Amino acid sequence: MDGVSLNAYLLVGAVLFVCGVVCMATKRNGIGVLMGVELVLNGANVNFVAFSHYMPLGLDGQVIALFVIVLAAAEAAVALAIALNYYNSFQTIDVDRGDDLRG
Amino acid sequence: MEPVLAAQTLAEFFQQYLFDPESAPGFLAKALAALIHALLLGCFFGLPGGIFIWGERKIAGRIQDRLGPTRVGGRFGWLQPLADGLKLVQKEDLVPKPADPLLFRMAPYIVLVASFSALMVLPFSDGWVAVALDSGLFLIFAVLALEVVGVILGGYASGSKWALLGAMREAAQMVSYEIPMSICAVVPVVAAGTLNLGEIARMQSGWITNWLIFHDPFTFCAFFVYFACATASCKRAPFDLPEAESELVAGFMTEYSGMRWALFFLAEYTSMFIVSGIATVLFLGGWHLGLPVLESASWPVHLIGMCVFLLKASVLVIVQIWVRWTLPRLRIDQVMMACLKYLIPISCVLFLGAVLWPVTMAQVLHRTTLLGQPLGERAAAPAIVAPEKTAGSRVKR
Amino acid sequence: MTGDQLLFAILALTACCGAVAVVISQNVVRMAFWLIVSLSATAGLFFSLHADFVGAVQLLVYVGGTLVLLIFGVMLTASGPFVRIRTTLAEGLLGACVGVALLLTVLSGVMGVAWDRVAAHQTAATPPPQPGFNPAEEGNTTRPLGLSLLGLRPDKDLRSPGNEPSTGYLLPFEIVSVHLLVVLIGAAYLARTKRRARPEAIEGTDASGTT
Repeated sequence: MDGVSLNAYLLVGAVLFVCGVVCMATKRNGIGVLMGVELVLNGANVNFVAFSHYMPLGLDGQVIALFVIVLAAAEAAVALAIALNYYNSFQTIDVDRGDDLRG
Repeated sequence: MEPVLAAQTLAEFFQQYLFDPESAPGFLAKALAALIHALLLGCFFGLPGGIFIWGERKIAGRIQDRLGPTRVGGRFGWLQPLADGLKLVQKEDLVPKPADPLLFRMAPYIVLVASFSALMVLPFSDGWVAVALDSGLFLIFAVLALEVVGVILGGYASGSKWALLGAMREAAQMVSYEIPMSICAVVPVVAAGTLNLGEIARMQSGWITNWLIFHDPFTFCAFFVYFACATASCKRAPFDLPEAESELVAGFMTEYSGMRWALFFLAEYTSMFIVSGIATVLFLGGWHLGLPVLESASWPVHLIGMCVFLLKASVLVIVQIWVRWTLPRLRIDQVMMACLKYLIPISCVLFLGAVLWPVTMAQVLHRTTLLGQPLGERAAAPAIVAPEKTAGSRVKR
Repeated sequence: MTGDQLLFAILALTACCGAVAVVISQNVVRMAFWLIVSLSATAGLFFSLHADFVGAVQLLVYVGGTLVLLIFGVMLTASGPFVRIRTTLAEGLLGACVGVALLLTVLSGVMGVAWDRVAAHQTAATPPPQPGFNPAEEGNTTRPLGLSLLGLRPDKDLRSPGNEPSTGYLLPFEIVSVHLLVVLIGAAYLARTKRRARPEAIEGTDASGTT
């Protein structure tokens, strides 16, 4: 990508990251929180791939990005299973209402 | 007649004739070339849809002892898809009251973009591919996987029970059938040693025994398993549970009308064509005739190759249509059981066999194939040693 | 503005606007839709960085797999057709302020580094490419990526032929694959339908003391 600096990609990564953090912090829907996590991981991925292109790292950045994507898929599977269990015990997905610790 | 400067790609051609001939293709030349590629592929998007819809109605008519369309366009009703299209364009663009308007409107486009962009990496003839990527097969499956997202969003946003049930079935079915389908597609890839669709097809030149379906017994079985899974992933009968008319009205498409409905249908026929094209490239020799003739690299040969490719893919599509009007629809639990209990184990066994085959055959027979030439000794040797330049856009025509 | 910059601007704007829309929208399914837009645009950014395999994985695993799973989760946990669990205006404003502050912090950190000098320093540290070294250019990264996941690093080893061969990523690859298997089994175990012994204990109001 000629004519585009590394900083531009890092900017995109930062915006995705911050959106994800804000999403995690403000959403009360459990699945919304999960989407925030996906955005954060995605912002990190943009940085990894950009560094792998602009820095003399070779393919390391891309390999790490692959691992991040796979781990994000695993995380989403577990988090969804937890969300389903949460819904089964509290009859809602609103994370603010899960405030009692019944066994 | 020799051209003054040999233009390898369409972008280089535009650069030489419209802009500065000395430099590498600039952005405008690349954009023009991309536009032409997109327009050509757009023809491939619209035309098979129209032709196969007409063919489906004719074949369905004959199978059910009817005539099918006969009114529009002569005896065989070959203008029927055009008439259908005109009728659909005139229809009112309805959005039901309980629907989410934004998602309801966007969903057909997601499906459309997904199946259209899969055409991007499908090689029609030697070098006639919009983007020749090393991970071509992988990318095709990736964009085909996006189709399910549009269907789920459309079904969910309709705000109707039928649509929601259809979308849930669709999601479960497509996600499940993707697994055996991809594993079966990997079986010939193991034999070929590359994910580049053009290279895979190029390996299968020569006699018909060089086609990868005849490479070993596992690829032979994998073709049929792949085809069954592909039929299911295109939501075609006998696996058309997402739109089962008799129980779900029309499944996820219940609330759609007019052009948006037509977009879903065009995308369905295009993805039928695409999965058949993948099967052709992976198993049935791509653009090769199956005879060691017509293998020079000139454009008439490439044109014939493209016709051969389209013919093979169309035959597979017609088989899908034939199956639809012959077999009864399964129940949803039977569909899921067929995938999870039979197709996935079968495809895993085939994959394992395909991995072990070259090792054992090299020990026993000192060659890796039963019938065809071993892959390494074929005349048009694969371009593994010196990968050809795949800069963005290859010339298409 | 060159064409590459134009392409980058379109993709980057789509990705960022999609991400912002995920934060703003209140409807979960719309959030999922905007997330799809954002992630697909990010896949486009990967393609423009010549990382075609990572882009394809992003489309296949993230958009085609993870997001379908998320939408499934939305459907299974929705009590009405379109769930709206509202965030109040004050919470939204607070989130926006914190977000802007965080963005400024991150950006000041990012822009404060002279990346070209870091790159020059690293280039000086790595040996120059030998003849026969084939850099991963023009997007054909599938084969080098596969080799590095198998434990071979042709791009590194060909740079310095005399040194120890570099190890690649075979061990992390195996760990991740086993981890994925364990996670899928665990998720299926967690999400299975449990036989409810006494459904009235959950529905009734006197559920507090019964367990």
